[in-house]
Amino acid sequence: MIAINVDMDKCQHYGQCVFEAPDIFKLNDDDKLEFVATADDSRRSDIESAVDVCPMQAISIVE
Amino acid sequence: MSKSVVIVGASMGGLRAAEALRNNGFAGRITMIGEEAHLPYNRPPLSKEVLAKEVTHEAVAFKLRSQVEDVTWHLGDPATSLDLDKKVVTTASGKSFEYDGLVIASGLRPRVLDLPNGKISGRHTVRTLDDAIGLRAELVPGTKVVVAGAGFIGCEVAATARGLGCEVTNVAIDPYPMIRPLGEQLAAELQRRHESHGVNFKLNHGISDLIGTEKISGVVLDSGEVIQADVLVEAISSHCNVEWLSETKLDISNGVLADSALRAVTTDGASVEGVYVVGDLARFANPLFDNEPRRIEHWNIPTETGKRVGSVLSAYLADAENFAELVATPFMPLPSFWSDQYDMKIQGFGMPGLADRYELVAGELSDELVMGYFRGEILIGVVGIGMTSEVMKYRKELIS
Repeated sequence: MIAINVDMDKCQHYGQCVFEAPDIFKLNDDDKLEFVATADDSRRSDIESAVDVCPMQAISIVE
Repeated sequence: MSKSVVIVGASMGGLRAAEALRNNGFAGRITMIGEEAHLPYNRPPLSKEVLAKEVTHEAVAFKLRSQVEDVTWHLGDPATSLDLDKKVVTTASGKSFEYDGLVIASGLRPRVLDLPNGKISGRHTVRTLDDAIGLRAELVPGTKVVVAGAGFIGCEVAATARGLGCEVTNVAIDPYPMIRPLGEQLAAELQRRHESHGVNFKLNHGISDLIGTEKISGVVLDSGEVIQADVLVEAISSHCNVEWLSETKLDISNGVLADSALRAVTTDGASVEGVYVVGDLARFANPLFDNEPRRIEHWNIPTETGKRVGSVLSAYLADAENFAELVATPFMPLPSFWSDQYDMKIQGFGMPGLADRYELVAGELSDELVMGYFRGEILIGVVGIGMTSEVMKYRKELIS
């Protein structure tokens, strides 16, 4: 399993991660980010893409 | 013997290319050559939150993934020449690096004003971490800051300096801040918002000289008007770091011309096998818009181009059967950009600067909003202030 962390002090809810891994990240009705904290290893590539595209570089994979 | 890749430019684009090479199975040596002494870090915070706080490498460094643990870093020693026939890169210290695959990711540097009394202290740019550290030290309450240039970076610096209690004047030759990407209506509104936060604008003006003996005390506009200043931040435009390619036959007339596989192209129009271009330097056609090769200085482009190059170059080096197929696959990344100014989250997609008309498609001009940018009837860009979900609806339309 992969553990995902979003630094909510950094996150500005731009939502770019949502396009990379919509099963992990979503914007709620108030445009605030919600995410699931663990994912199967098969999701690593898309989650790394979400890490890459985050404008605030707020997302990390906890190794 | 295993093959080797040299990546010139140890910033985001070079790093993403290295990761992508590994992710696509390339196991040979990767050497990253960088001018700066620092490992790769994220530049946008340098004009925003990092500039407002204590500036450290740790605060902005990219995490180095396990894929790139064995990369060789050659930092603080920029590439100075390339021999395409011998496949060798030479650096300022005289070291030579042979390659089978080369990634050109040497990026941009800020253009600075050429002024008669220019050799005095107090002048700053905000491209590198060291630039930001130097500028941060001067931004104390009451400091008189003149920002030259009213693009995104200039406006971000202006907003950050206001937040730090500085007196800020923004001088630009443009009629409105950020007008080129955003158009007159939104640009004028953003000027109003900056002014409401206390930024003073001197638009339609250039800077002709500085006043001061050792340190800046004033800035002279082309009208002759003098503005008191302790600090001048120059955010006017950029130069491409292509001088090290000047002895080659590559087309470096504006960045480095690249084909759709991001292979570098010569002045004769021929693609050079094994030589690729990444990031701000890459001038390539994007079929999402048209066939005109352009450089795109948006933050997601180093990542998009780095991944593309990692995929194609690893196939090339492996003599993979799918190489021709990869090369023929269209490359059409959606440019994306964002900017924090005061409490505004500005987010854009596409190429709004190419539009022939724009239209407010959601929200209110004086509040949160979404602006759509069109060429003919086709949406080619969207910019929002807040309203993320609305912006994302139009983003989907851009790639459909």
